[in-house]
Amino acid sequence: MRSINDIRDLTVDEINELVRLACDIIEHPAAYSEKCHGKKLATLFFEPSTHTRLSFEAAMYELGGNVLGFSEAQSSSAAKGESVADTARTVGCYADIIAMRHPKEGAPYVASQHAGVPVINAGDGGHNHPTQTLADLLTIYREKGGFENLTVGLCGDLKFGRTVHSLINALARYKNVKFVLISPEELKVPSYVKKDVIQKNNLPYVQTTDLEAAIPELDILYMTRVQRERFFNEEDYLRLKDSYILDPKKLVNAKEDLCIMHPLPRVNEISVAIDQDPRACYFKQVLNGKYMRMALMLKLLELA
Amino acid sequence: MRVDAIQNGIVIDHITAGRGMQLYDLLGLKDLDCPVALMMNAVSGKMGRKDIIKIDADIQVDLDVIGYVDPGATVNFIRNGSLVEKRNIEMPKMLTNVIRCKNPRCITSVEQELDHVFRLTDAPNKIYRCIYCETKAK
Repeated sequence: MRSINDIRDLTVDEINELVRLACDIIEHPAAYSEKCHGKKLATLFFEPSTHTRLSFEAAMYELGGNVLGFSEAQSSSAAKGESVADTARTVGCYADIIAMRHPKEGAPYVASQHAGVPVINAGDGGHNHPTQTLADLLTIYREKGGFENLTVGLCGDLKFGRTVHSLINALARYKNVKFVLISPEELKVPSYVKKDVIQKNNLPYVQTTDLEAAIPELDILYMTRVQRERFFNEEDYLRLKDSYILDPKKLVNAKEDLCIMHPLPRVNEISVAIDQDPRACYFKQVLNGKYMRMALMLKLLELA
Repeated sequence: MRVDAIQNGIVIDHITAGRGMQLYDLLGLKDLDCPVALMMNAVSGKMGRKDIIKIDADIQVDLDVIGYVDPGATVNFIRNGSLVEKRNIEMPKMLTNVIRCKNPRCITSVEQELDHVFRLTDAPNKIYRCIYCETKAK
């Protein structure tokens, strides 16, 4: 039973196939509207995430299937002390596929070992969030026509930002990708991502604290939020949360076809004044996320 | 310094000097009720100094633990006072319940019954990572 815990669980060919399938869904939605008729998705969200949960649910409804689940640990058996393995085994009796978010890293992997149905990691702490990366990849594909020959700026919390780590892992497998890593000193990319992924693949990269100076060379600017829930110390969070705020002034020297991305939700790191700029792609990313989740569920259920 | 030869048991030889105590702890040798000798800083022609552990009982030891602590060590199996098998130890691909994940965000920090499993991800640098959260073993 195939599950997806990490973007690296998918080969480049499989990612390309998912992108192709998502594009076909976008072009021919009616052809897919009953593909999951009679199938049930269980959304097991042990921590709140409106965006990801609704995206999964919308994706399953658009495929003609049904949804069951919970949106916080307090309303699940976990509140009574049930293990992830037992919850997964139980839910596997009711649903055909599971999307799980959990604050503890590795919880969806544990679930995948026991559920008996495919499990999709919908975010596990600061670790992985593969379907966000799939949304990011479809956005890059649709905006740039492919994944090669790109200069990709990643800005904000590069230490705890799981979307950043997953995106680096995914893009590192394509040719001529250069990374510009923009963050405060305290939130730099962890050494295992830098050494094991970027340097191992001999990819060019730059580390800087200066967003404005980095912008002119970028094809993609991926902004991230400094997440309160990743800090054990409130003081550190308050000190770092406003490190980077993207506003129209900072975009003066940016490329005409820059693609500005953000995994959302944002707080204040992208000014709302940029929302009308044609280079703002973050709400397109949301829509692309739904299509990629549709494509992924079809593949895992072996319906496409 | 001399330690008597054993009749039936195991000699873990060529342990890098200084690692003998860690191996003694991780193998749980303090819980045995048979004679166990840990010799530290013994003179070695090949290594200069080495540690040696002798266990005077026919017991099973977890070779993965030895491979994790010191892949250069050798394990000699003794029967009736004679060497019957000599095994060179390699780093194990997986380690189960030998070391514990220290990441407070890992699922193993809250689910007590889960095995602590580490995978060898970088053999030349001897790096093991937790299979759940990918935290590096220390």
